[in-house]
Amino acid sequence: MSNPKVMAYKRENGRVGIRNHVVILPLDDLSNAVCENVAHNIKGCKAIPHAYGRLQFGEDLDLFFRTLIGTGANPNVAAVVVVGIEPEWTNIIVEGIAKTGKPVIGFSIERHGDIKTTEMASWKAKEYVHWATELQKEECDLSEIWVSTKCGESDTTSGLASNPTVGNVFEKLVGMGGTCSFGETSEITGAEDGVEKRAANPEAAKQFKFLFDRYAKMIDDNKTDDLSGSQPTKGNIAGGLTTIEEKAFGNVQKIGKTINYVGALDKAVTPTGPGLWYMDSSSAAAEAVTLWAAAGFVAHLFPTGQGNIIGNAIEPVIKLTANPRTAGDMSEHIDYDCSAILRGEMTLDESGDNLIKMLVRTCNGRHTAQEVLGHEEFVLTKLYESA
Amino acid sequence: MIQFLIHEKSDSVGVATVDVKAGEVVKGVYMDTQSEAEVTILEDIPLGHKIAMADHQVGGSVIKYGANIGKVVADIKKGGHVHTQNLKTRRW
Repeated sequence: MSNPKVMAYKRENGRVGIRNHVVILPLDDLSNAVCENVAHNIKGCKAIPHAYGRLQFGEDLDLFFRTLIGTGANPNVAAVVVVGIEPEWTNIIVEGIAKTGKPVIGFSIERHGDIKTTEMASWKAKEYVHWATELQKEECDLSEIWVSTKCGESDTTSGLASNPTVGNVFEKLVGMGGTCSFGETSEITGAEDGVEKRAANPEAAKQFKFLFDRYAKMIDDNKTDDLSGSQPTKGNIAGGLTTIEEKAFGNVQKIGKTINYVGALDKAVTPTGPGLWYMDSSSAAAEAVTLWAAAGFVAHLFPTGQGNIIGNAIEPVIKLTANPRTAGDMSEHIDYDCSAILRGEMTLDESGDNLIKMLVRTCNGRHTAQEVLGHEEFVLTKLYESA
Repeated sequence: MIQFLIHEKSDSVGVATVDVKAGEVVKGVYMDTQSEAEVTILEDIPLGHKIAMADHQVGGSVIKYGANIGKVVADIKKGGHVHTQNLKTRRW
């Protein structure tokens, strides 16, 4: 398939975005109220409240900073107003986002209070919205659109048709020179040897093994046997899945068969070049998509079996299902129904082309089901307790 | 209308896309080549569950997605239902 053209936003650093958000980003849980006040005052901007940002330390703090900076730096974001309780960490986020060249400013609440901070931040947000709404879309290649994937509420229709549809799209996007990513470290258990072999080079295989083993150790250290004794789940077994290997290989269908990953990234780390990338991530949908958005991905393909309803605040989530029941009774959540594969009326290749068409339409401005329904999940991954 | 799908040529099982009943001769498609397949169903198999495309002996492997998805713990005849009664993980 050729590299279709899409209309999208070229950002100051050369990256391409498909949305044009002015984000009011709280540094910490305490600053959510001011951010929501600003978003109420100024129409056309978006507050993305979250639960953390105080007394974090070590690797957990590194991941926190990386996620907030990455969210502001994402090409779907035109400009950012950061609000924090104190200036020091607020400035770390502002300076991190400023490296992209986009407009960003920080306000701290200490010595001002909520009311004065809301006023100052609102004036700036108003200026940014006026500026951002005059930005024009330009013609870009589809391969400039970074695409991530994970599935949720999987059933046997996921392994049969919706996951392989995404695999077919990934093969085509990577073939065009695109940048794609998969992850869900826990769900790979049972197929980790197969995934290790899909590395394009020994260094990528080594990175993947390190991240997988680190995850396995975390599970082991926390003494749960959820992923060793009771997988697949009772629901999976009732649906026809027999072994954890089968479940994991069904999941991995999302990366197709002909492409290999060029590197394995830690959570919310930005790829350094085109190709397929593994990224360590939880299999919890909202957490994982938040990490991909922070790594710079601008569109997400989400196959579901039984009907997961997840969205994201800045990265549009395109949902597909091959389960005709889900496509019927949860139709408001589904962007693309590929159940025709199950009836033998559509090939995987045709289904992949259809999903690419939906991706192109989403780039060109079609709001996804998740966006229309207001599913704006923004969920930070926390590695351990705050001090 | 088909009744089952097989992911690829090397797979030893297909997956029912509708409930199939003992004695039915059902038609399926290989998803990699679009070539057709036919099998006589030996026992009722629900939608989403696996159909043996060949005889499997104890100690052998079941192949799906071109991958080894576990070991055979009870003999399976072509057309039989492949599930927890005859297939186990190699993990634990």
